[in-house]
Amino acid sequence: MSIQGFKSHPYIPNSVVDVQQEMLKEIGINSLEELHAEIPEEIKLKGNMNLPKPFSSEYELRRHVEGLLKKNKTCKENINFLGAGCWQHYVPAICDEINSRGEFLTAYGGEPYNDFGRFQALFEYQSLVAELVDMDVVNVPTMDGAQAAATAIRMAGRITKRNEVLVPKAMDKEKFLIMKNYCAKDLTLIKVDYDIKTGQLDIEDLNKKISEKTAAVFFENPSFLGFIEEHGQEISDIAHNAGALSVVGVDPSSLGVMIPPSQYGADIISGDLQPLGIHMNYGGGQSGFMATRDEERFVMEFPSRLFGIAPTIVEGEYGFGDVAYDRTSFGHHRHEGKEYVGTQTALWGITAGVYLATMGPVGMFELGQAIMQKSQYAIKKINAINGVKGSLFDAVSFKEFVVNFDETGKTVREINKFLIEKNIFGGKDLSKDFPELGESALYCVTEVHTKEDIDRLVAALEECVK
Amino acid sequence: MKRINRNYKVRNFHQAKWDEPIIFELSKKGERGVLVPKAEDEIVDLVGDGISKLPKNMMRKEAPNLPEISQPRVLRHYMRLSQMTLGADVNIEIGQGTCTVKYSPKVNEQLARMPEMTEIHPLQHESTVQGILEIMYKTDLLMREISGMDRFTFQPGGGSQAIMTMASVVRAYHQANGCEDKKDEIITTLYSHPSDAAAPALMGYKIIYIHPDENGYPDFEAFKAAVSERTAAFFVANPEDTGVYNTRIQEFTSLVHENGGLCCYDQANANGLLGVTRAREAGFDMCFFNLHKTFSTPHGCGGPATGAMGVTKELEKFMPAPLIDFDGEKYFLNYDITNNSYAVGKVRLFNGVAPVVMKAYAWIMSMGPEGLYEVAKIAVLNNNYLFKKLMELDCVDAPYIRGKQRIEQVRYTIEKLTKDTGIKTEDVQRRMMDFGMHYWTSHHPYYVPEPMTLEPTETPSKEDLDEYIATLEYIFKEAYETPEKFKNAPYCSSCHRVDESYMDDPNKWAITWRSYLKKSTV
Repeated sequence: MSIQGFKSHPYIPNSVVDVQQEMLKEIGINSLEELHAEIPEEIKLKGNMNLPKPFSSEYELRRHVEGLLKKNKTCKENINFLGAGCWQHYVPAICDEINSRGEFLTAYGGEPYNDFGRFQALFEYQSLVAELVDMDVVNVPTMDGAQAAATAIRMAGRITKRNEVLVPKAMDKEKFLIMKNYCAKDLTLIKVDYDIKTGQLDIEDLNKKISEKTAAVFFENPSFLGFIEEHGQEISDIAHNAGALSVVGVDPSSLGVMIPPSQYGADIISGDLQPLGIHMNYGGGQSGFMATRDEERFVMEFPSRLFGIAPTIVEGEYGFGDVAYDRTSFGHHRHEGKEYVGTQTALWGITAGVYLATMGPVGMFELGQAIMQKSQYAIKKINAINGVKGSLFDAVSFKEFVVNFDETGKTVREINKFLIEKNIFGGKDLSKDFPELGESALYCVTEVHTKEDIDRLVAALEECVK
Repeated sequence: MKRINRNYKVRNFHQAKWDEPIIFELSKKGERGVLVPKAEDEIVDLVGDGISKLPKNMMRKEAPNLPEISQPRVLRHYMRLSQMTLGADVNIEIGQGTCTVKYSPKVNEQLARMPEMTEIHPLQHESTVQGILEIMYKTDLLMREISGMDRFTFQPGGGSQAIMTMASVVRAYHQANGCEDKKDEIITTLYSHPSDAAAPALMGYKIIYIHPDENGYPDFEAFKAAVSERTAAFFVANPEDTGVYNTRIQEFTSLVHENGGLCCYDQANANGLLGVTRAREAGFDMCFFNLHKTFSTPHGCGGPATGAMGVTKELEKFMPAPLIDFDGEKYFLNYDITNNSYAVGKVRLFNGVAPVVMKAYAWIMSMGPEGLYEVAKIAVLNNNYLFKKLMELDCVDAPYIRGKQRIEQVRYTIEKLTKDTGIKTEDVQRRMMDFGMHYWTSHHPYYVPEPMTLEPTETPSKEDLDEYIATLEYIFKEAYETPEKFKNAPYCSSCHRVDESYMDDPNKWAITWRSYLKKSTV
């Protein structure tokens, strides 16, 4: 038996042997080995696990992990045009400052009495997103935008007591798979076609597929492929006339300039907070939100926590707490609660709140405007390249757009390989998920891109396809 | 100046109280918090203002009613809110049982905030993200050894999503075997986490609860009666939330297997078992670890987190895609499982929360096999020391297995205190805050009357434990002597007792500031 403790480990105060002896004596046993008397011998490990030896100092650990991380090539040293659900935006320093505060970083499940700040910060986050989407109820964040969309349509299913949901064919395949898995037992997802010229949802196909079974029509604005869906009101009306709800996925970074879906008939809005002051983190910065009107039939169908404001016993004090806690699986009903709740992405919610408070209405407007100007510039310049279509769809886009390379005779794969050599990360290859679009890639341009960045992309593409 | 006497046992505490306005109340028209990078003149010359291209009906008509606040004021506001939050870095975090709140090393946090972690896009070409792929691949190998499972995914964003993913794999497995219709029941236990019932229920399963026997073990006779051909799977935490370890666990898993079901291990309570026993030996087909709990990445007020989910070889083909592999030269995202039409597909965007995986990797690499074993030993030592000391208090009891050890936590009852004084566990919770101590009652409903669930982990020192015990002792004594003190507690917190009547009344609840403004003028 070679198992031995790791004495005096810096993370474990009681790895000091004298203290252990004192405590063991107190509980009436002689050695650490006698702890775990309850575990049957036949399932106990008989030797050390086969794991690497630990680093013997913090310095060595740091060197090792830094060495691994340095193998990554970042979007700072390279120019990145990837989006598709995770977007490179500028993160104001104040967001990182608050996000890394030890109190927020290491808090968890306290009551308003010990975690007052957490409750207020999340209540404010809800309130700030509410202004952006022009709705009265927003939840404490869920896992990611896909989970938020999945929960939004499940909510619609429970409210309407129907079991079909219409979704756009022009949506992210991964998001679709997440929604499909999450709803598998209760909802059937039916794809609605899109106009191949404009990208817009095919209204004729929508009318054909909507029925008295439809719980919700889910669509996105801007869409996954970047174009702006212009028929929001018409789509919502079709949903409502059929007794279904209108559920809209939205990119919050667009809402400084674009009308919120609540103003064209959306009953539930979902989206991802990552654009709001959260680093890309290799996809680890995703965080979902949902919003509805303040009506009991909506509020009571949220599975997530909802932090509300209330008076305390002292006049002139704000208090906070969980609204209608028993909706959730944490409440008395367990498996009869709505879906389930657990650890999700609260810290990203606080961070998104800091971002919105810092940006304010003017910042959000300027953000939207810069994104539109810079992406339009990129589309124009790319379009001028021989054989390349800067924007495949005949529609206005926000932030992202489909670039088509069919006439160049080159595949997106080949082009992206060439671009990497020029320190440019080209757009997401769509040829597998959207074969009808040919050799197309989804490019993302945000406020972080300079004219020089875009010009470098254009020059590299020119060189590649000539 | 005389040296302060530190012989007193209970801390003289007062939490920060800033009387901080709601952020909207700080708004001053015209103030700015940050300037946004604008388009250069040449761009503007070519495309104009950009926004007039928007279809008229898609333009925002009125600016969102966000506050206008200069940067120093935004910072001060959030710094004050952080000061009014009792994170684990600030207090002796013993009070949040079942959640394994331990020390999160600062070096790991700094590493996770390097641009080589934060500034990488999940769709970058594999050749440009070899570092993070290597970390994720190697963490998979570590997890395999720690659990005995054959393959891990880090896609689930927390324990509950991992439970949902396990339920999805259960469904996929029975679908592939053509017996989905026959297998429609999930068995769990009363003292497993609520999500062990809620997440499989979401997947359409009928939930059967096994109640504890007189010793607190899941009742084996009841279990035998519950297991049948309809059993799709058994979802269980072991030790359960009571801290009681089911010593007959192999008999449970064998019985489920004999009936064609799968066994899914909720290892949210794994901290006391590292290097001692594993999912594999106990007969499980799947398990998950909360990286933010057992593996020390911080809880972040409730995420981001990771529910690392492991399966046996037989179930690998049903996992969500992609898995991370190594071909001898490079690390890559393996989508082969998408060829299996029954595979789960996907549960979270991209590949989960990479920085959390990185922090868990760094933590394990600073522990090694002996360190993990030490973690388990000290966590159990701390827990049983706390257990022993608290049971010496007249009003504290803990149902089940008298005189035996608990693993990483104990669900206590202070029913006697309530009977004697009228003070309930929620009252104690509020009063503990007056001494800078967090105290959690338990999950609802309270199967143990007037419960408190405490989990010390390996982090607190003996002195920390003694301080927590002394504070509880002080409060219990006070409950007998001056019970009226509890009515309006806390007194030293950032806020006083909240009027809970607002929370369940649709006419009064206000989930956002705008909603508050509307309702408060009525």
